[in-house]
Amino acid sequence: MAKEYSFYPGCSSQEGASSSNYLKSVQSMCDVLDIKLNTIPDWNCCSASIGYSGGGELPRLALSARNIALSEKHHGGQDIVATCAACWLATRETAERLHHDPEMMAETNTALKEAGLQLKNETKIRHMIEVLIEDIGYAEMGKHVKKPLEGIKIAGYVGCQTNRPFGIQGESFENPKYLDKFVETLGGESIPDYEKKVSCCGGALAFSEPEKSQALVKGIIESALDHGADMIVTPCPVCQMNVEVYQDQINAKYGTKFNIPVTYYSTLMAVAYGKNAKEAALDGQIIRAKKLEEIAGK
Amino acid sequence: MSNLNTQAIERYRNNFLKEVEHCVEEGDWVKMCMQCGVCAGSCPLGSAWAHPPQEIFMMIRAGKREEVLSSTSMWMCTSCYNCIARCPRELPITHIMHGLAHYGKRLGLAPKNNPTLKFSQMFWDNLTKTGRANELTLGLSLYFMNGFAEGIKTALKMKDIGLGMWKTKRMNPMEILGGHGVKDKAGFTAMIKKAQELEAARLAKYKAP
Repeated sequence: MAKEYSFYPGCSSQEGASSSNYLKSVQSMCDVLDIKLNTIPDWNCCSASIGYSGGGELPRLALSARNIALSEKHHGGQDIVATCAACWLATRETAERLHHDPEMMAETNTALKEAGLQLKNETKIRHMIEVLIEDIGYAEMGKHVKKPLEGIKIAGYVGCQTNRPFGIQGESFENPKYLDKFVETLGGESIPDYEKKVSCCGGALAFSEPEKSQALVKGIIESALDHGADMIVTPCPVCQMNVEVYQDQINAKYGTKFNIPVTYYSTLMAVAYGKNAKEAALDGQIIRAKKLEEIAGK
Repeated sequence: MSNLNTQAIERYRNNFLKEVEHCVEEGDWVKMCMQCGVCAGSCPLGSAWAHPPQEIFMMIRAGKREEVLSSTSMWMCTSCYNCIARCPRELPITHIMHGLAHYGKRLGLAPKNNPTLKFSQMFWDNLTKTGRANELTLGLSLYFMNGFAEGIKTALKMKDIGLGMWKTKRMNPMEILGGHGVKDKAGFTAMIKKAQELEAARLAKYKAP
């Protein structure tokens, strides 16, 4: 029987948005692993970690509280699962803060009343990575591999917000190993000693402080190349975009010749599970993942 | 000087630490800082901060109100959460930095031309308009945040990236017409308004130092 979750896709996963390819590959992956994602009806933006200039604490908590309340109303008893790091972080942070602060909880519910909702705050907030590791397991993930990712060396770039402040249980903040294990489970070659696996890409400051952010991205790519990586894999939409799309600008500024594909873990899984290029959303790559295309085309 | 700022100065006199504890998100943690500096050493943009977090914390205790709230430092936070993960006293430093940035902005003391302040405000305005962030209109307002001429220059510089995003269906030009949003717009807007009122009322409550 399918495992069911209340799904919070987030703004960047919407059709025609920057990580719509993430959602597509997640759907293909879940199809194979028999995971059913029930989208939270009428979900709203969580304000990520950059909405703080205009949004004070309570208005921002109210955003995530509305999503949790909608989930509790329509998908009672199901854990909330997010694929976006910032969505997961903001929602889980809200749930935890409201658990610890009864005054803030009361005010949040006063605000939610305006939208005809009430927060019980009894829902577990999880990342898709947690579902894969804890509910599915590496053995089961490996069972469905039809086309191993043989001969591809992949740097597992975990980034920040999937890793901190909450992280994945059983993994360390400084050297989490799960992406490397994913890669190996799928038959690829991992780089456990990748120095930049938890370094910051600049996050939202890629937009406001592009030079500072691109200097960070340069380091992330250089380290992967030093290890002989063919591609980079990440669980985070902001990491994916920042590391993929600025490579030309970095090349122009620093005289580098970067042209390394950056995909999601779900892209790898969809390909290894035998999905075609479209189903794995390989057409969503600005820097094409040619080695994955070859495998998907076989 | 804004009215809110004058009121806050009146209310807290010379006790800036109390003001932060009362008015800033997670501000009651500030006094727990033991000045080890691990946060400064862990920050990916550490060198860009005029005052790293542990200095900001000491400046708060020293009552350097204007210097803290008008600093560009907090606006250099990338929200990587490395400082939180490593702080031996477990201060939620990232959240305190966001809180200080917001409070400085609320009082009209924050550096108005800071690009991250502008982007952060745009992000909030953008998402509260429809209930969901619209990447296209957000991107465009970002390009044009320093005026029209500058905007055209930025847009040209970014055109290859935009083209790549469009070709891979990761950007939809039609989003300029409004795009995605929540259905219960009225309820959503009323909720945000109520939350803002409740927060303003809480901040207005005087707590004697």
